[in-house]
Amino acid sequence: MTEVKQLVQDLADQYGRNQESLLPILQGIVNREQHISEDAMIEVARELNISAAQVYGTATFYSFLNTKPLGKYVIRVCKTITCMMHGKNQIIKELETVLKVNLGETTHDGKFTLLETNCLGQCHKGPAMLINDKPYTELTPDKVREIIMMYRDKELRVN
Amino acid sequence: MKKKHLQRLDLIFKNEHDIEDILTKTFKKSNEELVNDLISSGLKGRGGAGFPTGLKWKLASEEESDSKYIICNADEGEPGTFKDREILSRVPHKVLTGMAVCARIIGAKKGFIYLRGEYVFLKPQLMEVIKEFHQLLDKLKLDFRVEIFLGSGAYICGEESALFESMEGKRGEPRNKPPFPTQHGYKSKPTVINNVETLAHTYSIFKYGADKFKDLGVQDSRGSKVFSVSGDTPIPGIYELEFGMSLQKFVEDFGDGDAKAVQVGGASGFCVPRKKFDKTVIGYQGKLRGTSLPTGGSMMIFNSSRSMYNVLHNYLDFFVEESCGQCTPCRVGTQQLLLGIEAVKKGEQPSSYLEKLMELAEAMRITAKCGLGQSVANSFSSIVENFKEEMIY
Repeated sequence: MTEVKQLVQDLADQYGRNQESLLPILQGIVNREQHISEDAMIEVARELNISAAQVYGTATFYSFLNTKPLGKYVIRVCKTITCMMHGKNQIIKELETVLKVNLGETTHDGKFTLLETNCLGQCHKGPAMLINDKPYTELTPDKVREIIMMYRDKELRVN
Repeated sequence: MKKKHLQRLDLIFKNEHDIEDILTKTFKKSNEELVNDLISSGLKGRGGAGFPTGLKWKLASEEESDSKYIICNADEGEPGTFKDREILSRVPHKVLTGMAVCARIIGAKKGFIYLRGEYVFLKPQLMEVIKEFHQLLDKLKLDFRVEIFLGSGAYICGEESALFESMEGKRGEPRNKPPFPTQHGYKSKPTVINNVETLAHTYSIFKYGADKFKDLGVQDSRGSKVFSVSGDTPIPGIYELEFGMSLQKFVEDFGDGDAKAVQVGGASGFCVPRKKFDKTVIGYQGKLRGTSLPTGGSMMIFNSSRSMYNVLHNYLDFFVEESCGQCTPCRVGTQQLLLGIEAVKKGEQPSSYLEKLMELAEAMRITAKCGLGQSVANSFSSIVENFKEEMIY
């Protein structure tokens, strides 16, 4: 059995095989694989006995359900008004420099993807960003560099 | 002379943990009594729409069905709002208490907290609180369970019917109304869906009584409200204040001394310029008169260094991305409004084109399917009308 097939089966065992378990299953795939491949969508459709088109429709609707491969750490910088007022552009510039990518791109080693997103609900502590699930607030260019260093160190230790 | 500040309240975030007493006390009362308490307290939905909470619970309790649901809407996506996150991280047990009482009244066995994907970091601690809460429910012999359902980054899912669709595994596209959720909600069953803050308020009402709550605020806008203050302010954060304050007072307390406009209610709310601060009151009634503004609690302050064109551009950008794309007025309208103000700014269209755009926004207000598309006109028209020269030059 392929890895993705196994993953989908495990998730279906955990969340159930009905319409209501579709979103949790898709979220589970993203947590593990960082994105939902076409193979995974077909597998989910088979497992829940619904059409692959429906899985595709749902998967492409939500901004956190990526259908294209992304890095291991997805950085989402809030671009909504108060974060913009408090300097999110400098934060993005700094991230582009440190990661050597443009907004929307993934680093060559596949570790980081830099994206923008809508309001993170951290408006009183802007600028803010998420790295995967974890929020970082009151960012400055210095702080951003330290955070990326921390993640890089973590990666080095893992390898 | 000392400046008189707005009264800060401490109801919602008050550190009190007497859930067991409150549930025991309320369960001794009849459902009718409880619903009447809620109705007479004057509590209205704190998500911004302001539907009377007691009436919502009453309607759901009157429906005949084998299963019913209570859902806590924690898909807080409105720009400038972060109160629900604060409530769920500091006093989640109050929200759960409100859900349990509602469950008893309407006869629901299952409840959900629909938590926005951006707040997934709250989930572990919430699960702990829910686990403890379930033990208490067992002790009190209430057959009710709460689950967390995670969103995945879609503003529109804060719209209640889009939220149901999302929970049912579909695209978050709003449904036609009627039928309303109290008749056909999640899985087409009678469903009560309340904002996080609304549920937390019911805790105070059941604890201190309806009258105490009603004493706060002004006519038709009873009780206190949690405001999320951000933008050009030296003290951004969460504040619990009484309804009925004038915007002038608010700005004196929270502004940086140079406030030129306040956006009340987030991107889908209204922009109030300095000259109208003293004529604007925060509350539910009379929103069409433009003097009294309802709000989900988002208060963004802009000082004179800010370009209101940039503010509007940012809001429209937001709507273009977050429109679900289901109905044409919203899908096409948001894009055309954005292209339109860009064209005027670049001089490709005359300034009179702004009038046309406002007509388009008004057309969206009457033809869009849900609140998102309808409320784009709120911020669009109020910014363009009050800051026309900034749109052109």
